[in-house]
Amino acid sequence: MSGVCKLKFTDFKSDQGVRWCAGCGDHAILNSVQKAMAELEYCKDDVAVISGIGCSSRFPYYMDTYGFHTLHGRGAAIASGVKLANPDLHVWDITGDGDALAIGGNHFIHLIRRNIDVNVILFNNKIYGLTKGQYSPTSKRGFISKTSPYGTIESPFRPGELCIGARGQFFARTVDKELKLSVEVFKEAAKHKGTSIVEVLQNCVIFNDKVHAEITDKEYKEDRTITLRHGEPMIFGKERNKGLMLDGMELKIVTIGENGITEDDILVHDEKCDDISLHLKLADMEYPKYPVALGVIRNVKGNVYDECMVRQIEEVKEKSSIKSLKDLMYSGDVWEVK
Amino acid sequence: MGKRSKVIEKDEVVVRFSGDSGDGMQLTGTLFSYTSAIFGNDISTFPDYPSEIRAPQGTIGGVSGFQVHFGHSEVYTPGDYADVLVAMNPAALKANAKWVKPGGTIIIDVDSFDEKNLRKAGYKTNDPITEDKLGDFNIIKAPITALTKESLKDMGLDNKSILRSKNMFALGLVYWLFNRPLDNTKEYITKKFKKKPVVVEANLKVLEEGYNYGSIIQALTPSYQISPADIEKGFYRNINGNTATAWGLIAAAEKSGLELFLGSYPITPATDILQELSARKDLGVKVFQAEDEIAGITSTIGASFAGDLAITSTSGPGLALKGEAIGLAVIAELPIVVVNVQRGGPSTGLPTKTEQSDLMQALYGRNGESPVVVVAASTPTNCFDYAFYASKIAVEHMTPVILLTDGFLGNGTQPWKIPDMDEFPKIDVPLVDRNMEDWEPYLRDPEKLSRYWAVPGTPGFAHRIGGLEKDYKTGAVSHDPLNHQKMTDVRQAKIDKIADYIPELELIGKENADLLIIGWGGTFGHLYTAYEEMTNEGYNVALAHFNYINPLPKNSYDVLSKFDKKVVCELNMGQFAGYLRMKFEGMSFSQHNKVQGLPFTVNELKEHFKKLLEE
Repeated sequence: MSGVCKLKFTDFKSDQGVRWCAGCGDHAILNSVQKAMAELEYCKDDVAVISGIGCSSRFPYYMDTYGFHTLHGRGAAIASGVKLANPDLHVWDITGDGDALAIGGNHFIHLIRRNIDVNVILFNNKIYGLTKGQYSPTSKRGFISKTSPYGTIESPFRPGELCIGARGQFFARTVDKELKLSVEVFKEAAKHKGTSIVEVLQNCVIFNDKVHAEITDKEYKEDRTITLRHGEPMIFGKERNKGLMLDGMELKIVTIGENGITEDDILVHDEKCDDISLHLKLADMEYPKYPVALGVIRNVKGNVYDECMVRQIEEVKEKSSIKSLKDLMYSGDVWEVK
Repeated sequence: MGKRSKVIEKDEVVVRFSGDSGDGMQLTGTLFSYTSAIFGNDISTFPDYPSEIRAPQGTIGGVSGFQVHFGHSEVYTPGDYADVLVAMNPAALKANAKWVKPGGTIIIDVDSFDEKNLRKAGYKTNDPITEDKLGDFNIIKAPITALTKESLKDMGLDNKSILRSKNMFALGLVYWLFNRPLDNTKEYITKKFKKKPVVVEANLKVLEEGYNYGSIIQALTPSYQISPADIEKGFYRNINGNTATAWGLIAAAEKSGLELFLGSYPITPATDILQELSARKDLGVKVFQAEDEIAGITSTIGASFAGDLAITSTSGPGLALKGEAIGLAVIAELPIVVVNVQRGGPSTGLPTKTEQSDLMQALYGRNGESPVVVVAASTPTNCFDYAFYASKIAVEHMTPVILLTDGFLGNGTQPWKIPDMDEFPKIDVPLVDRNMEDWEPYLRDPEKLSRYWAVPGTPGFAHRIGGLEKDYKTGAVSHDPLNHQKMTDVRQAKIDKIADYIPELELIGKENADLLIIGWGGTFGHLYTAYEEMTNEGYNVALAHFNYINPLPKNSYDVLSKFDKKVVCELNMGQFAGYLRMKFEGMSFSQHNKVQGLPFTVNELKEHFKKLLEE
């Protein structure tokens, strides 16, 4: 079993100098993860931080825990193996939009489908940073980059939609510089049994600076994002007077106090609802039509692969007459030569 | 069981059952092998089935075969040519007649030789015997379908179920031919279909009918007696190479005290390993059927990082996909075993056929300088041993090991003397311990040059590893040129050192032989039989067969250099020969190669060797 330790967040910092660019959103995410781990009362030796390849994937080197910087796209599969080998570990997988959704897309969806208890932090900066500026699978249509000088002609993935489409049970979104929200969301992700996906809107200061600025900048964020909390009405805006309602099958933005709308008419967030339809709509909201949803969007309980594996092995062991290799070798059609 | 007119005593016999892929030939062959093994013969079997699950009925593409070689002395191969062929339809005859010894016996279900089936099989006339010039063979035209129908007409079975029992008629007849008891097969059928008593009754009845049909035709055909072999005392079972591999891995888990993890993706002909280990949850085996070959090996690497005995199983195309990840295990210095059950290539190639053409891929199929251990099993039963020793080397030397078997070994069966596990060594796991002073992630064992295993969850040993080049000592990321040289050197030296821990190469035969036969892996049975037969015929030949490919046994050069004339035989275009030339510069080898998806035949080997001796 994993232990309980009272550590400071700085105890989770390794002795390696952090080598991300100055101003990179990764620094803030690193701090938030370390803070969340301290608040979760993790012991360092019970933590395995796995990553693929990309800027974000340097993350394990900066954590004073067990860490494994692996192959491009394969972090999710390696993390699966780690968790199944030792289900007592806290397994975190650090990945980016290229790593998780392009080269590692297959592993990403199957990790989610199986619902192995791994916490995935997906740094989404909509660009390939480490290879210096090519468009990624989350870059918006028409995006200009070194490999799309005339604009991309492909549609981006929405990580939340992909996660829920792969039968994801936990999806949350935060912003690199929103430390408080990030810590809160990472802790929820950690507590959730099964695969948790947290998309972090991360700023690449060199190759895609201000990609999220129109929604995350201080002056806009209250009007252009909505932070969802379980059991609370979906209200946002500087004046806290805007809310979300359902209009037929669609979400619509309403203003409290106008057209006879009161706070009671506003949707109340239910992250525990099994049905995906509202969660999908919330995860898919994009500016300017909607505010972008932050916080925990979906958090439901389901069968957890690693727990099921342990249980099934126990059950089969209990019932089987084969208790050792010797029993196995002598089972079935065996004859003696005298 | 009536008196026989003529019984011929024989040392060894090869029987080939063949029919449509729905005719139950694999089961028929398996039951016959089992009975022969219990009778006390040494046996070797090989199934030959199409890659299509149900190819069009009655066509050559849909023919499924099962060959059994059994004898009064030890047998090492399933046999080149059959003494007896059972052909359930014209396509089976067409496909297999060329594999029958001159003058051999061919049993055909004459009822299936109608015009429609003859055309489907590609016969132009209605007389396949004349058309294929089979006049010199002893052809038994048995009305198998008609007699099966007649036998079961009052049992209330539908036509399909009746026809499905035809294989039992053929089996009964072959039992008569070889004077074999029916008890084991009856017991098996009764157990297998215990929930369907009518099926049991039908099968048993038809089996008896087949046997009795023998007495009817005994005036026309002799029967054979093959006495039991002189076999070492002990408990035996039949096992194929894939099951033996799976069990060898379980043995390694027991001897190391580690939990066994398999991350794998189904691929012919390796799938049986995944299936067998999936069934072994009763022994605590954790099996992860991954989304693809890459996840198969990367989940395995994750499990190894976290402290399991971690295995991935695959075949050629899968090994290609795993190449990058094997490199990660090389640089991270984590123990994994990659089992590659080789098949015909390139690309999808011949999925159900055997070949040895992945040797170079196993040795060098990765980016960068990334040495790994390569071990090859050489018989279906010793897949158990080499799976065990591959795991032992991986764990004790902290390295990936590629275990090469092949379709011939994986699907072939032999009787296996159940080993006494006390005769297998303990596997020492190089875990870090609290008393280690100055531990660093890449601190090395001074003898083996391998690092220690600091498994996540171990207090006080938190560390980071990864695919970027490491500092020689601390394991921190390093781009220093000289450090890269030093790390490359030590990774190679670590593998080379393993030569101190593996058995020496055994020379079979005399040091002054006129010809040294060299082989590796799954060709052992054929090469050994050729060696043995030629020795018995008075030729002076010797055999050196390799199981350890990288590193090579330490005495390899000494053994090979004693011979002027050397021939490397392998089921590829000369990969091992090329490897030996590279390792032993100036040493010359001739080659004997075959790439037909088939094993060697002993005859072709002997012919080739005799020609070499004349040169």
